[in-house]
Amino acid sequence: MKYEIVIGLETHAELLTDSKLWCGCSSRFGEPTNTQTCPICLGMPGVLPVLNEKAFDLAISGALAMQCSINRRTFFERKHYFYPDLPKNYQVSQNHSNLGVNGHIDIPVTGGTKKIGIWNVHLEGDAGKNMHVEYPGANYSLVDLNRAGMPLLEIVSAPDMRSVEEAESFMHTLRSVLLYCGISDCRMQEGSLRFEASVSLNKPGDTGTGGRVEIKNLNSMKAVSACLEYEIKRQSEVLDAGGVVDRETRLWDENGACSRRMRSKEEAHDYRYFPDPDLPVYNIEESRLERISREVPELPVRRRERFISDFGLSEYDASVLTGRRELADYYEKVLSHCNSPKSVANWMMNDVMAALNERKVDITDFVVSAEHLASLVGMAEQSRVTAQAAREVLAEMINTGKSPETLVKEMGAEAISDSGDIMPIIEQAIGEVPEAVADYLGGKKQAIGAILGQVMRLSKGQADPKKAKELLTKKLEEME
Amino acid sequence: MAISEEQTAYVANLARLDLAEEDIRRFAVRLDAVLEYMEKLNELDTGDTEPLVHLSDRENVFRSDQPAESLSRREALENAPEKAEGCFKVPSIIE
Ligand SMILES: [Zn+2]
Repeated sequence: MKYEIVIGLETHAELLTDSKLWCGCSSRFGEPTNTQTCPICLGMPGVLPVLNEKAFDLAISGALAMQCSINRRTFFERKHYFYPDLPKNYQVSQNHSNLGVNGHIDIPVTGGTKKIGIWNVHLEGDAGKNMHVEYPGANYSLVDLNRAGMPLLEIVSAPDMRSVEEAESFMHTLRSVLLYCGISDCRMQEGSLRFEASVSLNKPGDTGTGGRVEIKNLNSMKAVSACLEYEIKRQSEVLDAGGVVDRETRLWDENGACSRRMRSKEEAHDYRYFPDPDLPVYNIEESRLERISREVPELPVRRRERFISDFGLSEYDASVLTGRRELADYYEKVLSHCNSPKSVANWMMNDVMAALNERKVDITDFVVSAEHLASLVGMAEQSRVTAQAAREVLAEMINTGKSPETLVKEMGAEAISDSGDIMPIIEQAIGEVPEAVADYLGGKKQAIGAILGQVMRLSKGQADPKKAKELLTKKLEEME
Repeated sequence: MAISEEQTAYVANLARLDLAEEDIRRFAVRLDAVLEYMEKLNELDTGDTEPLVHLSDRENVFRSDQPAESLSRREALENAPEKAEGCFKVPSIIE
């Protein structure tokens, strides 16, 4: 049977701060185990955590970027559970006064955009890291607390996604929003972006058929996709066989590519939230909110739409160019010097992207400045250089960092557009491809392509193709 | 009784306390006395009172995002009952 798929996602994004959330321990990734701890993040008795202001501001900016209403009076609560990676036996989080509530993000879907609700956005401290010991017979685990107390933004979506593709689009959009706003570096291999999914399946027209299954331990977008595919198949099979899907929490096993039962809802945790007496109440002042609102940039989906409507780009080109804020900024900077949106986009989508990929450099380190690319595109537009010569000039710009003006001179790449210079080349070409000329004169007008090709070859690609075609056509007419 | 023996067993389980049957009976009675005493508060009408989140009047206490020195690994692990390979060693947590 075909079921309605209902998916919700909880996203944990590590915030881009230099220090942890409640203490001054460094937030650098990849340091030796247990070298970034202090009495506060080790959960020693009698310590006093103090909130990292940068983390607080980044969290507010995340809530604003998700179009949330901001809880102007917010506080932190203790969420109690026991796990070896949680030294305090509670996680400092938010529950009754989440920083942001009732937001949404627009995600691209086939034929337009879809609004996905964001139930809430809140700030919390991360747990440490457990490592299973692989020795045969080992009956212990190892705990590294470097990550304990790192600032996390938790983003809880409404169960608004109806397919794996929509979940993927949501994750990609969310990731680009977090990157655009400088909230998180979203490095999945470093655990900066982690997910929990909830999936339930309904019979058509029947909401609430299937039990809601939560899946934890999804450490990449790929893992989310694989787990959703697996879970949808598993639940369909249970329902097809007339069974009932239990409401439960499952754990994704990346190596086995399967999910295992972790606990049923009856055994679900009772977190016994209460306000953390160590932390005061936070009142978000008007001035803070204004300052942070000003810093939230135009979001990728809106920018993509603007690139399509204002610049006439294809959906694909607009998606690629707005995929990263720095790339979109570069593109618009080129446009500010050379107002030819489509041809600049072509240059970026082809030669620039190829050079970046080949050299494995980021657009922020790209040797060709926006001004230089703009002047090269301008020269090509005005037929001062042919398209082919321009590509060669760009390759040299990438190699040498020189300006296009200098290189066009050095390379003698200026287009040949003067009739007096092109005519001798045309005459030579006509002499070299007599068959094509005969075909043309015999009525096969498309044979002009072969003659023109010869003209371009003889001029080493520098003859202005428009001018050359015009002159060649005239010459051939005279011969008829 | 404000608290049943089942609730007492449930709370003990949440707190990872391993209580014998007779302990559960004993603590249920004692917890009940505490809760009964607290019941007194329900005599007050708090309908118009803002819930108090924090006893202190201080608000917006921040620190700036400046990394400070951490403990050495030796110091960090000093109080751990067991350690291995630069980590805290704990009973296996594979479920
Ligand atoms: Zn610390």
